[in-house]
Amino acid sequence: MVLKIVFTVIVLAGINGVLASLLVIAERFFSNYGECKITINGNKRFTVTGGSTLLSTLNVRKIFLPSACGGKGTCGYCKCKVTDGAGPLLPTEEPLLTKEEIENRFRLACQLKVKQDIAIHIPDELFNIKEYKAEVTLIKDLTYDIKLIRLRLPDTDEIHFTAGQYIQLQTEPYEKVKEIAPRAYSIASPSSEKKHIDLMIRLIPEGICTTWVHCYLKEGVRVGFTGPMGDFRLHEGTGEIIMVAGGSGMAPMVSILDVIVREKIERKVTYFFGAVTKKDLFFMEEMAMFEREIPNFTFVPALSQPEPDDDWKGEVGLITIPLGRYLKSIDASVAQAYMCGSPGMIKACANILNANGISNDRIYYDPFA
Amino acid sequence: MMNNLSPWVIFFAAIFTGNILLTYFLGMCSFLSVSRQIKTAVGLGLAVTFVLTITSALNYVVYYYILDPLGIVYLRYIVFIVVIAAMVQLLEMFIERYSELLYINLGIFLPLITVNCAILGVSLFMVIRRYTFIQSVLFGAGSGLGWLLAILAMAGIREKLNEQKIPPALRGPGIALIITGIMAMAFIGFSGIVQIQ
Repeated sequence: MVLKIVFTVIVLAGINGVLASLLVIAERFFSNYGECKITINGNKRFTVTGGSTLLSTLNVRKIFLPSACGGKGTCGYCKCKVTDGAGPLLPTEEPLLTKEEIENRFRLACQLKVKQDIAIHIPDELFNIKEYKAEVTLIKDLTYDIKLIRLRLPDTDEIHFTAGQYIQLQTEPYEKVKEIAPRAYSIASPSSEKKHIDLMIRLIPEGICTTWVHCYLKEGVRVGFTGPMGDFRLHEGTGEIIMVAGGSGMAPMVSILDVIVREKIERKVTYFFGAVTKKDLFFMEEMAMFEREIPNFTFVPALSQPEPDDDWKGEVGLITIPLGRYLKSIDASVAQAYMCGSPGMIKACANILNANGISNDRIYYDPFA
Repeated sequence: MMNNLSPWVIFFAAIFTGNILLTYFLGMCSFLSVSRQIKTAVGLGLAVTFVLTITSALNYVVYYYILDPLGIVYLRYIVFIVVIAAMVQLLEMFIERYSELLYINLGIFLPLITVNCAILGVSLFMVIRRYTFIQSVLFGAGSGLGWLLAILAMAGIREKLNEQKIPPALRGPGIALIITGIMAMAFIGFSGIVQIQ
């Protein structure tokens, strides 16, 4: 009996062994794409082992393309231009690319596999993106639904970013969220500060990351993030700077205002901030400080529905009202507009800016906001 | 006792009179799911044909030269499944390398060929019916082509159906099952041609 068991096990193991070795040989043969050369922007070259997706291949080389979905092909952030060696467009990429992008040979790096020598174009600032582990040293309520969190980098690490850029915070699994979920947040701290970053995070009902930050995250915990990313930043120019933000859209504006202070930029700056009631307003002291430090800065908060006991003497109504009125009083031909807030607010304000002579090439905003 | 039918009779019988899908209703799962487009249906059909042909040959060798002489034929299910799984894995590597488009279109149904019951069915029929090696291989190839024929016909019909007004409750799998039934009835018309079990 025992002999029979041993015998059958050996036979079965033998058959499996033969098949397994067959597969190993086949894998060597089929799945070995050998060494592939990746050329980035025509000047940076390196050799990689083929077979994985472009996104993960670049990640191994510490080049991080933005990716909010983690390579599942649903967010479309990892678009990049592949000029050579891409292979056919895959059906999984098609829904996320526009016609122009397809014509210009844009591909999703998370879907495309590196199987031959490949040439890609990515914006230079992406080379600066790194992965960080940082400690949460401060969690502060800014309003009843917006928290400021401070992430301190380890002593050996530094972050270099341009004011206005964002990072992707990696939500750790909790309750129903089973895997790490990266979510993008603008950096609110000054770009001169290289040891820590501040984020402003507003609680969104059912929001994966915002719920985690508001209900689970504690000071002293270590979290991961990648960044900096995005091309929202202060642009050169001589004209007036108009800022429009709402809620946690305050974050990149604070960082940009700090640049204006530090670099002693003497352009006129007017910042329109939209809120519902007085309890949605925050950073008022900081704004008063910027008004003292920047010679030509005006902060214009507007409440859409002030409570009777708010005793509000400022602007009332949606932010578009003071913005529209102000635009009519200035020379808008060289003015630049910077916006961060809800898509609805950005759209409404862009319409008003357009109608008052600020064309889209002088309007800057973050697409994820 | 050896079955002394001509292998070619078995081959054509497997395609028409004893169609693995329309007569035995084996391999329905991927048949219903991947029959929306002719292109992917043909891709999967060819993949199934390939796996069927190779596995009937391999399983024949394994059964008559290893399991039978050693007196362990009761292990045939597990051994057959392992052989099938290995072949599917091999095929997957091949398709991923040479046709990424087909690879993505077949998606999960490519690895699922492993548990496509048509494939285990053919290996078991081959043993039950005591086919010779040549008969087995042609039976496997015939069954695969029969399955390909069925899914191709189905995909053709479903592509036409896209432009038709179908009652909402029947859309999708509902109408597909009804069509399968009608196709199976049509295939009964072949049954007089060759008489094998």
